[in-house]
Amino acid sequence: MAKTYFTQDHEWLSVEGGIATVGITDYAQEQLGDLVFVELPQIGTKLSKGDTAVVVESVKAASDVYAPVDGEITDANGALSSDPSLVNSAATGDGWLWKMKLADEGQLAGLMDDAAYKAHIG
Amino acid sequence: MTGDDTKHLPLEDLHSSAGARFGAFAGWSMPLTYPAGVMKEHLHTREHAGLFDISHMKLFEVSGPGAVALLNRACPLDAGALEISQSKYTFFLNEAAGIIDDLIVTRLGDTRFMVVANAGNAVEDEKHLRALAIDFEVEVDALDRVFLAIQGPEAWAALSRAGIETGSLLFMHGIEPKQNWFMSRSGYTGEDGFEIGLPEANARALVAKLLKDARVLWIGLAARDSLRLEAGLCLHGQDITPEIDPASAGLMWAIPKEIRATGAFIGADALRSILERGPSQKRVGLKPEGRQPVRAGAALFDADGNAAGHVTSGGFGPSAGHPVAMGYATTALAKPGAKLFADVRGTKIPIDISSLPFTPHRYRKG
Repeated sequence: MAKTYFTQDHEWLSVEGGIATVGITDYAQEQLGDLVFVELPQIGTKLSKGDTAVVVESVKAASDVYAPVDGEITDANGALSSDPSLVNSAATGDGWLWKMKLADEGQLAGLMDDAAYKAHIG
Repeated sequence: MTGDDTKHLPLEDLHSSAGARFGAFAGWSMPLTYPAGVMKEHLHTREHAGLFDISHMKLFEVSGPGAVALLNRACPLDAGALEISQSKYTFFLNEAAGIIDDLIVTRLGDTRFMVVANAGNAVEDEKHLRALAIDFEVEVDALDRVFLAIQGPEAWAALSRAGIETGSLLFMHGIEPKQNWFMSRSGYTGEDGFEIGLPEANARALVAKLLKDARVLWIGLAARDSLRLEAGLCLHGQDITPEIDPASAGLMWAIPKEIRATGAFIGADALRSILERGPSQKRVGLKPEGRQPVRAGAALFDADGNAAGHVTSGGFGPSAGHPVAMGYATTALAKPGAKLFADVRGTKIPIDISSLPFTPHRYRKG
């Protein structure tokens, strides 16, 4: 059973079997506005928490999405290459950004659950 | 600017209740987007009518027997040759022919003109104009107006329904339809449209009428920027600056031939010598290959990796359906079809020099 976590930077992680699927929250996509391009990561890239994993581009600006924990990229959402607006229409579903193999599951303890995130965005 | 320095639009309450998201621009808190979002707002303007609050821009009335002479000194312009109600795109230049601001000057009467200036430069422009005015028999009045733009193919019809007939007014002409009103057929989207300066109470009444019309939507600054970029229009502070002259910017069409040769405007000598030796760089349209936007600040290179220029505005063109940009390229390379590369976060993106505009202008010229 997957468990979902949230970060201060408005990302979500759905973790199952040591693999996290990562995306941005509905709140974040609303702030960014209509996305027109997503620069996806290379599979196999090793990232430390805070490294830029993906760049999402709206009509107006480019924004970094950071690795929420340490790990290695195992998959990227290729559907976003042809339809980046999936992030707007389904931020927590079909608009996921990448999957990563967690280096240290202990880092998850520092993240928020659904109730804490809702309180965070007010 | 932050905190108390930030200026607020007189109609800010209307934008708030329309659900606007605000952001800072040129010292003002401006509506960036409304709930429809930049993409829909942009497309709505091209298909129907977009309503923009541009009250951050400044209207100056220049009047008196010396008005023509002052404008001919301040701008590379033959103000006396303008017919009454005719508007002209022009500039304030510095002594080096750098563009202090781009402006629209409209002749209201024999000795009366309206000057519309950009928000970011309004204070500098006023200082500049007042300093020059000392030598002329002329009065410069900064007008206290709400300034609205209504742009798009249905703009004229929406205004008509709101009780404002635009009838015979053609592109780049301006009139005073009521006391303390100024209305010109102009804009910065590439579409047919109007800009109206009017007192706040009148503006509130007009906005209420316009928004009852389903063809009219509030449009934010984000879509204003994507619309003007697709239309190939310069944003002062980005695409043109006090370090850029009109020849490099490809804006010589705004300067009448005889004025280039004999005009006594500020910057005339510098501009003549730039024209004589030819500008070293030129403003160009840029079309990135693929879907990835290339934004302001990106460096341009030729196929051999030599520096070839830089991007001054860039984003996505919702009507064009692809990323659009403009910038400066060294003169030898500044030709439509030339293939360059833009550096985006370390990756070289192929980018073609493209003719401007990206979307055809649809002005009502006659």
